[in-house]
Amino acid sequence: MNQSDFLKVVLPFKDKVFRLAKRLLVSTEEAEDATQELFFKLWRNKEKLADYKNVEAFAMTMTKNYCYDRLKSKQASNLTLVHSNYKEKDTSLDKKLEYRDSVSQVHKLIENLPEQQKLIIQLRDVEQYDFDEICKMLDMKPTAVRVSLSRARKTIREELIKKHNYGVS
Amino acid sequence: MELASIEKLVEKYENAETTLQEEATLKAYFLSDNVAPHLEEYQMMFTYFKASKDETFTKTIEFKTKKKRNFKWISVAASVVLLFSVYTGKVEYDKHLEFEKAKEQYAQVTGALKMLSMNLKKGNDAFNNLYVYEDSVNKIFKTK
Repeated sequence: MNQSDFLKVVLPFKDKVFRLAKRLLVSTEEAEDATQELFFKLWRNKEKLADYKNVEAFAMTMTKNYCYDRLKSKQASNLTLVHSNYKEKDTSLDKKLEYRDSVSQVHKLIENLPEQQKLIIQLRDVEQYDFDEICKMLDMKPTAVRVSLSRARKTIREELIKKHNYGVS
Repeated sequence: MELASIEKLVEKYENAETTLQEEATLKAYFLSDNVAPHLEEYQMMFTYFKASKDETFTKTIEFKTKKKRNFKWISVAASVVLLFSVYTGKVEYDKHLEFEKAKEQYAQVTGALKMLSMNLKKGNDAFNNLYVYEDSVNKIFKTK
């Protein structure tokens, strides 16, 4: 397998890897480093890559494990929160502010979730993987995935309702 | 889509029982403009999910293998150069030492030879005196 073959296999999911890493590591720089590191690892193991039926799922599992390691290591204990710029449609200033506010609210709420729920929300609601794939990636039983996902969704909604009612953010 | 069926889907969604297709239906509904007020929170959630999927990894993927190998060879080359320079340095130094030694020996030998020649000269002078003596004796006695 040469470099271009490898890239053909690997490039379609580079953004997914990056987003998953960012979900767990929060900062963009950390996520970029993690993505870089991960693809380097994959490249080193390129001979074995052909043996895997689902390289993407394998890469996602690796990303998850790598990010967990990073989070555990002391080096990563002081991560900074970096604001992301979300794309805007043509709306009035009020709407724009409200929109940005609500989007960043959801972001913060997800950040407060336990790691596993973060992962599952990312994989399911953002990347739209089906349950079988998520089970494989996280090495979990389908029921456990569903319970976790349900909890995460409910928590986000409840928190949003709370904030909405009190008008506090 | 009817509100009633959306509400049903939403409940299933909360319990994580929706399929990807059903979720796509929900997504389409919540990203549209007319969302029922009591479901506003879902609109926020789905808007966020959509927005966060737009983020991409913009850097190019690097392959560090080449770099690493280069560094390895550089260190090998450096050690070879170091070894070589130490070796030649040693050789040069030895030569230098030898030269110094030779110089010293030369100085000693020349000193010794000088002394020898001086003493020989002294002896010669003494001989000269003898000749003078012999001449004067010949003059007096005129033997020849």
